[in-house]
Amino acid sequence: MTKPHTADRSSSFSQHPFVRDLPPPFAASMERLAVERKYEAGDLLLREGEVAHEFLLLIEGKVALEAVLPDRPRLTIQTVGPGEVVGWSWLAAPYRWRLDARALKPTRVFSVDSDRLRTLLDENPVDGYRFLLRLLPVIAQRLENTQFQLLDVHGS
Amino acid sequence: MAVDASTLAVEGSTSPVLPVPYVVRRASRETADTVTLVLGTERGRETPRFRSGQFNMLYVFGMGEVAISISGDLEQRDSLVHTVRAAGKITNALTEMSPGSTVGVRGPYGSGWPLPRAAGKDVVIVAGGLGLPPLRPAIYDMLRHRDRYGRIEVIYGARSPKDLVYYGEIQSWRALPGLRFQTTVDAAGRDWYGDVGLVTARLPDARFDPPNTVAFLCGPEIMMKLTAQALEARGVPAGSIFVSLERNMKCAVGICGHCQFGPEFVCRDGPVFSYEEIRRFLAVREV
Amino acid sequence: MTRVSPAVGDRFVLERSDFPTFLARLRDRGYRVVGPTVRDGAIAYGEIRDESDLPTGWTDRQEAGKYRLERRSDAALFGYAVGPHSWKNYLFPSRERLWTGVRAGASFEIRPEESEGPPLAFLGVRACEMAAMDVSDRVFGKAGDPGYHRRRRKALRIAVQCGQAGGTCFCVSMGTGPAVRAGHDLALTEILAPPRHYFLVEVGTAEGAAVLSGVPLSPAGPSDTASAEAVVAKTAASMGRTMDPAGLRDLLVNNPEHPRWEIVARRCLACTNCTMACPTCFCNTSEEIPSLSGEETERWRRWDSCFNSGFSALHGSSVRATTKSRYRQWLTHKLGTWHDQFGSSGCVGCGRCITWCPVGIDLTEEVAAIRVPAPLAAPAGGRP
Repeated sequence: MTKPHTADRSSSFSQHPFVRDLPPPFAASMERLAVERKYEAGDLLLREGEVAHEFLLLIEGKVALEAVLPDRPRLTIQTVGPGEVVGWSWLAAPYRWRLDARALKPTRVFSVDSDRLRTLLDENPVDGYRFLLRLLPVIAQRLENTQFQLLDVHGS
Repeated sequence: MAVDASTLAVEGSTSPVLPVPYVVRRASRETADTVTLVLGTERGRETPRFRSGQFNMLYVFGMGEVAISISGDLEQRDSLVHTVRAAGKITNALTEMSPGSTVGVRGPYGSGWPLPRAAGKDVVIVAGGLGLPPLRPAIYDMLRHRDRYGRIEVIYGARSPKDLVYYGEIQSWRALPGLRFQTTVDAAGRDWYGDVGLVTARLPDARFDPPNTVAFLCGPEIMMKLTAQALEARGVPAGSIFVSLERNMKCAVGICGHCQFGPEFVCRDGPVFSYEEIRRFLAVREV
Repeated sequence: MTRVSPAVGDRFVLERSDFPTFLARLRDRGYRVVGPTVRDGAIAYGEIRDESDLPTGWTDRQEAGKYRLERRSDAALFGYAVGPHSWKNYLFPSRERLWTGVRAGASFEIRPEESEGPPLAFLGVRACEMAAMDVSDRVFGKAGDPGYHRRRRKALRIAVQCGQAGGTCFCVSMGTGPAVRAGHDLALTEILAPPRHYFLVEVGTAEGAAVLSGVPLSPAGPSDTASAEAVVAKTAASMGRTMDPAGLRDLLVNNPEHPRWEIVARRCLACTNCTMACPTCFCNTSEEIPSLSGEETERWRRWDSCFNSGFSALHGSSVRATTKSRYRQWLTHKLGTWHDQFGSSGCVGCGRCITWCPVGIDLTEEVAAIRVPAPLAAPAGGRP
């Protein structure tokens, strides 16, 4: 049985692991700001330096976060998979992506309009607080993992 | 307390501490600094029996000895396999040996991976860098007796794609239906389509039932600590998580004192320990 | 004086004037006699060819970080406590060749060291030293070390009961002395009661009995035995230190972050004197010594110490990098985890580590300080 091309979007957005724990009315508001996008292997989802306009929730596939270094070839410092999220540079100044995000294989995401999401968060401070509480551990874990990768945890 | 002679005796030696000459039959390069040596006995006799997780002391004439895990098949009785990374004088010499050279061997020493504890359970194996070689004999043995175990998940992390050992063999393992194998690296260039990140970030994709899981972890101590914590947080009992420690070793028989870790002699009470029995010492700095 | 046939359990009197005959009998029986001699300003163990090698009329004054020889007012042969050496110097030599290797084409041959000297007679074994050998028997037994056992089985142990306690002794606290009650081939108590000067001799084994044949002896009477017990009782009452061993294992294992470790670390020089002088310390290392041509090689074993910075070397750095962690390792092992490993304490209360520490660190004092629960808010870098 092949997967339907367009799944029942309403249930699948609210079922995304990131959204599942958010208050349902807020999740529904977020969903109204979301569109589904598809990328092929090698496509760039986000480009370092560009203004950040979206918050990505991965549905399927794999995305590489790449550091862009002036004198060296690209370096992937993290890969992100289904159920995870990418991109929070839209939350705070300078509102620009710090890394490239590239699809390593066919990838589907929910792309949430982050300009309107920021307005939604401002207008609903309690829900906004819950959203940040949901996002903060993701950022903290990503940071901690990166720190340990720096320490050569898989090395000697 | 008597010493278990079966873990000390090396064929041809009269005391636990004399190396026996073995011949290098094959030396294959795994990575820029790592080589796998296949050693055969001089007179074609059988090699000593060993358990997965044990190690030998390998001796280079005129230089000295170093503790290296055994990474071959338990059932292979005509050779001993060791994967060595060049990290000092003696290991440099070992990685430069060519077929026909002689390496002294004494052993096997130490405690092994407690495979019987995993019978009927899911098994999660997490290896970091040179942590895969000590686990390979356990993987071989579990695949040979596949029906004894539940799901088998392997997660292997290395610094970069170039640092992955047993690369060809991993591809054949991936193709097996009875095993799931995930690899991840700390950083990669354009030619890597696999995961980049910590081994612990692969756990959500691994399929196992935590209360009925046994885990075998091997790699740098920090990696084993983080992974044990992550597994415990998911509900794997601390007594079902096993780690393989490394310490400075000279004698390998519990008399030189170098390898002590709290009350344990890593050479004799370890190198495999349950996370539960040693977690209090892992938590103290400079033990 | 009657000629007697010694048997195990018998007690005899040996006159001071007959001591040279006793020594001669030991040598006639093929033993190389080692015992206390005055050397380098201390009473150290060495060859005893005849009674003039013994420290007659000498005693030791010991305190933390201090050792002095002093003249006695009498002519006691064994009128001291213990010196810097212990019998581990002979049972587990500080340097020992284990084997020689020789190239044979592409391969090599290993020749284990076989030579053994004559059996040794340890003259002057103290109770703490007897206890230390019991401890070492377990350590080397668990590891199956053949060299230690060969030497140990052949050694004749002539205990001499302590006539005085040293300034740093605490064998009474550790339950290891001051009297030798078991394990001896012979046990002597030196009794000076002018004009008499004699030894009470107790026979512990058949070999001890055999060694006495031809030695002029007379049977001991109740007053001789009573005098000998009085000597030991006097020693027991004058210990220089005490240390309650109860609960030490858990105390030390449970307190790896006690502030006292930081304090003692500021004094400790990591000089390794304590581990060298300690009769039960066994850490050692092995070294490869190839010939210039590379055709031959020798494997040697020598004493090492957990205080050495490279002792815990791993992947280019040391696990125990700080002096604090090394001192903690030594004390926690000696008094604590030794129990987990060998079923007893590693300390016999001889006081050598206290005497021979150049800065006078006293483990009985350190233990007493660690018994005091750490304050909840430890002052940063503050004074004790």
